[in-house]
Amino acid sequence: MAEIWTAYLWPLIIMVAQSVMLLVILLVAIAFILLADRKIWAAVQIRRGPNVVGPFGLLQSFADLLKFVLKEPVIPSGANKVIFLLAPLVTCVLALAGWAVIPVNLNWVISDINVGILYLFAISSLSVYGTIMAGWASNSKYPFMAALRAAAQMVSYEVSIGFVLITVLLCVGSLNLSAIVTAQDTKWGLLGWYWLPLLPMFVIFYVSALAETNRPPFDLVEAESELVAGFMVEYGSTPYLLFMLGEYVAICTMCALGTILFLGGWLSPIPFAPFTWVPGIIWFALKALFIFFLFAMAKAIVPRYRYDQLMRLGWKVFLPLSLAMVVIVAAVLQFGGLAPQ
Amino acid sequence: MIFPALFFYLFSAVLVGSAVMVIASRNPVHSVLFLILAFVNASGLFILLGAEFLAMILVVVYVGAVAVLFLFVIMMLDVDFAALREGFLEYLPVGLLIGAIFLAELLLVAGGWVINPTVAKSITAPIPGNVSNTEAIGLVLYTTYIHYFQIAALVLLVAMIGAIVLTLRHKANVKRQNISVQNARTKAAAMAVRQVPSGQGLRESDAAEWVK
Repeated sequence: MAEIWTAYLWPLIIMVAQSVMLLVILLVAIAFILLADRKIWAAVQIRRGPNVVGPFGLLQSFADLLKFVLKEPVIPSGANKVIFLLAPLVTCVLALAGWAVIPVNLNWVISDINVGILYLFAISSLSVYGTIMAGWASNSKYPFMAALRAAAQMVSYEVSIGFVLITVLLCVGSLNLSAIVTAQDTKWGLLGWYWLPLLPMFVIFYVSALAETNRPPFDLVEAESELVAGFMVEYGSTPYLLFMLGEYVAICTMCALGTILFLGGWLSPIPFAPFTWVPGIIWFALKALFIFFLFAMAKAIVPRYRYDQLMRLGWKVFLPLSLAMVVIVAAVLQFGGLAPQ
Repeated sequence: MIFPALFFYLFSAVLVGSAVMVIASRNPVHSVLFLILAFVNASGLFILLGAEFLAMILVVVYVGAVAVLFLFVIMMLDVDFAALREGFLEYLPVGLLIGAIFLAELLLVAGGWVINPTVAKSITAPIPGNVSNTEAIGLVLYTTYIHYFQIAALVLLVAMIGAIVLTLRHKANVKRQNISVQNARTKAAAMAVRQVPSGQGLRESDAAEWVK
């Protein structure tokens, strides 16, 4: 009995406690990130944005949460009820599951698995199911068309994200996310991170992440001028809230992934004291927020792509470009003697 | 050791159950969703075996790409599956025969060491103990088995080219967008400013002269 306690139950309790802590911090952070998103668009469009609930509108997201939770969930009579309710759960749970492997500081990770980056890639490729199930189960035309668009869009851009990951992995020689960050720990600090040597891949990753998370300018999935509100038309109250939450968690995951792959994770940009005294998690959060700011600015200043333009960009521009970069990076590493052992 | 065993039975039971539901459920979309559940549980079994790379690749390739396309096609097709099932009993003997052969082969593979005890020693590439299994796959895949690997890649390439050749149609009347031509257009080529005489206008027959 004592063996079961020390070998299984106690680690399980610690892991559950860590997961709950991470979830609470993540969800509260997302409440404010959502507000920041709206405030940034408002600032670009010279508006005030949400400013009524709480000081500077800080409590707006919590008011929205209450509003959604207290509303009555409506399920259309023609819908496939099980799948209709399963779809938002799938979206939200998958998005949150990605955070299990993300290291926010040295050894600050719930599960430090060997194939961490493949796990994240697998989770993000599964997220298309929430959309496609919602579109089909709603049994309505606009959600269905939106789901078809979404499936094509997300599958297309996953390909280029995959090649971006491969170039980074070639430089690191490991699939572990913590190893990717420590591989960027050089005496050059900011200039030793992968954004500089792999700058084209960083740009491709940024644009593909926008498309993968259905953010503007690639939000064809919910293009309100064509498809009413995309695959979520039939959803309201808590199921809708779960979609919204899943979407923002996925965006945060992409920001964290970009931070780990290209911006040195928790490393200090200037590699000597006093900057190295700042806890790594603060650097991590600042970098992830910087990428999120880029996401928000893209929404504010870029008009929406047309569907064929989106597909052309994914298959005819990014795919050849990233494929060529994989070959070039591999050749440079091999013949330059830089390949990791 | 009780927890791995518990998870093994959990994954196996869900896997077998959802595999049965793939062929038993009436709605084809439900079938595909059960197929996805089966894939995910199979990858759970791989993780229990310590083959985490295969587990993740199974999810990425089969669930993330192949099953999405299945779902995509089945959702768009309006197939009457009741009509397809009409001749079910006629094909039952053939199906049973194929099933029996498949079962016998599976038993031979799984129970091979009972028939021939030396077979377990003749594994061509045992897993080296000191590297992660991603590295272990790489070590044999790109050295010992490079030709099989390239042949598999060629088969996939041929299948891809075949699919493109079968579906690509260049219709005469379809207007295609050429982005580089569009971007190369100048103001002079695209528009012309005319002084229109009052009360006369421009004639349609002179249209060729409007833009030069």
